Amino acid sequence: MLMSRFFIHNVFILFILAHVVFADPVQRFPKPDFESGYERPILQTPDPRALTLEYLDVFVLVAALSLASYFALRKRSRRHIFVLMVFSLIYFGFWRKGCICSIGSVQNVVYALFSHAYAIPLTVVAFFAVPLIFTLFFGRTFCAAVCPLGAAQDVVVLKPIALPGWLNQMLGIIPYLYLALSVLFAATGAGFLICRYDPFVGFFRFGASFNLILFGAFMLLLGTVVARPYCRFLCPYGVLLNWMSRLSRKHLSITPSDCINCRLCEASCPFDAINKPVEAELHEKREKSIRRLSFYLVLTPVIILASGWGGSLLHIPLSRSHFSVRLAKEIKLQDEGKLRLATDETDAFRASGKSTSELYAEARDIQRRFKVGGWIFGGFLGLVFSLKLISLSVFRKQEIYEADRGDCYSCGRCFSYCPVGKEGVDLEKLKEKAEDKAKFG
Amino acid sequence: MAEKTRREFLKSGANTAAALAVGGVAGLAIGIADRGKLVWQLDPELCIQCEKCATNCVLPESAVKCVHSYSMCGYCDLCSGYLEPGAKSRDTGAENQLCPTGAIQRTFIEDPYFEYQIDKELCIGCGKCVKGCGAFGNGSLYLQVQHDRCLNCNECAIARACPAQAYKRVPAETPYILRGEEAGRYAASI
Repeated sequence: MLMSRFFIHNVFILFILAHVVFADPVQRFPKPDFESGYERPILQTPDPRALTLEYLDVFVLVAALSLASYFALRKRSRRHIFVLMVFSLIYFGFWRKGCICSIGSVQNVVYALFSHAYAIPLTVVAFFAVPLIFTLFFGRTFCAAVCPLGAAQDVVVLKPIALPGWLNQMLGIIPYLYLALSVLFAATGAGFLICRYDPFVGFFRFGASFNLILFGAFMLLLGTVVARPYCRFLCPYGVLLNWMSRLSRKHLSITPSDCINCRLCEASCPFDAINKPVEAELHEKREKSIRRLSFYLVLTPVIILASGWGGSLLHIPLSRSHFSVRLAKEIKLQDEGKLRLATDETDAFRASGKSTSELYAEARDIQRRFKVGGWIFGGFLGLVFSLKLISLSVFRKQEIYEADRGDCYSCGRCFSYCPVGKEGVDLEKLKEKAEDKAKFG
Repeated sequence: MAEKTRREFLKSGANTAAALAVGGVAGLAIGIADRGKLVWQLDPELCIQCEKCATNCVLPESAVKCVHSYSMCGYCDLCSGYLEPGAKSRDTGAENQLCPTGAIQRTFIEDPYFEYQIDKELCIGCGKCVKGCGAFGNGSLYLQVQHDRCLNCNECAIARACPAQAYKRVPAETPYILRGEEAGRYAASI
């Protein structure tokens, strides 16, 4: 009670002070009456980039996606894809400075859906949805030749090595975590993680913080041997594209007609996205697989619940990423006398005339959102983990060499390796050779 | 054969469902979408002149610069936005200027009035003059994001660092938050 009275008193004094100091500052030194016929200059306010140019960006996006799909599925030309990719790198990367991009637009959409204060621009919705729709029809041609981040990494692929399968699978979980975390941050209004840690945007702008430049340089350097590391092991938009591509109506195929299992394309993909023939029967008895599968299916809800609970436990540390929660904490510590130091943030808050209880209520609301979000965040990760377990335990029969629908970027590197349809190639001989190799190792 | 058609049917169904899902999310977003464009701007009423605008922009030279609402200026000889607090004399000597880059040009008009203009080439957006002007003057000097320079990053790096949370997304038709008579320029469209 005493506390609140003291507080009201303080606010009252601040209020009066504010009126004395800030109200109508013009009156402090009235505008002079010039006698010399002086005319005051006009304040220059340069306009932002025109809206029509934003629509032009969307047009270029659609055109590039159409061309990329045509080159990958019909024309089957790596060279054309490469040229288009370099164009996209220049246009969306260096010319448009990397903003807005489809990867980041995920956050704008989520933020718009969860915050009433933000109205998302139409062009941003287009950047989010159009590549996904294209992927539903033609596979991930967006990754092949339109995404500037993908292009930046694709041009530095020099001597790609194949990663061991288990490592690929393990690292492949990170994008799901990154997506879930950025969606959680965007939904709670804590900020745009994907943009904050974009390793390549610094190169597009020729300037970024030292750490980001270091991160970007590391990614590009790593990218010379581990092809497209950001796309494969970080990109959150890639998760959505992966889902869409699995369901796509059409998709790039390595061979123009029928695969003859000549094994020539086996090592052509730098992203380990070619599925090799597997004989399913060899591995184990049917009963055993069914028993394991049903065990995993029963385990799935348990994993989801446990991981959701784990996620909700993280709501306190996670909520500290939000400005208001951090500020509320500082203000609280100051008011309790545990923090003597005033920061710019606390000074600005005290000068704003907003009440502490208002701030605390806001912080509590944000923490509550993080708690609900934490459940969903954890549950989603649990689901991803379970599905991964299930997919790893199910043996699918694979008879030919085929691009993995989810992981393939439709870059077209494998085209030139396929001998089918080429002149002067004895397919029968190739087939025999491959069979011999398979037999004798 | 029957099996294959069933699989194909399921697949095409899943494809359509995914398309509807994407369309649904996009539709929801479009429902609340802004037809225009949003740009970053800082509210001078909230600004506390912490100098972070000068250093936190992704551009090597910040997109934030000082602007001057001439309609509010008192044209004082003793300008607390131009002169160092303990300045020895009221002239254009570098040692007397508050601006670290000498970006404010002081021109004599008539006794006793002086005009102050910001040289945007030199201004780094530190807001030292804004603090000076706000403390004793009319507050005609203040910071604004210059839209010929701003890249309109999806997450503005200065907005993130701003201790007063003075940054917000504003419609591109009204891209400045101005003071004095200059504010009227955008008031009509709001």
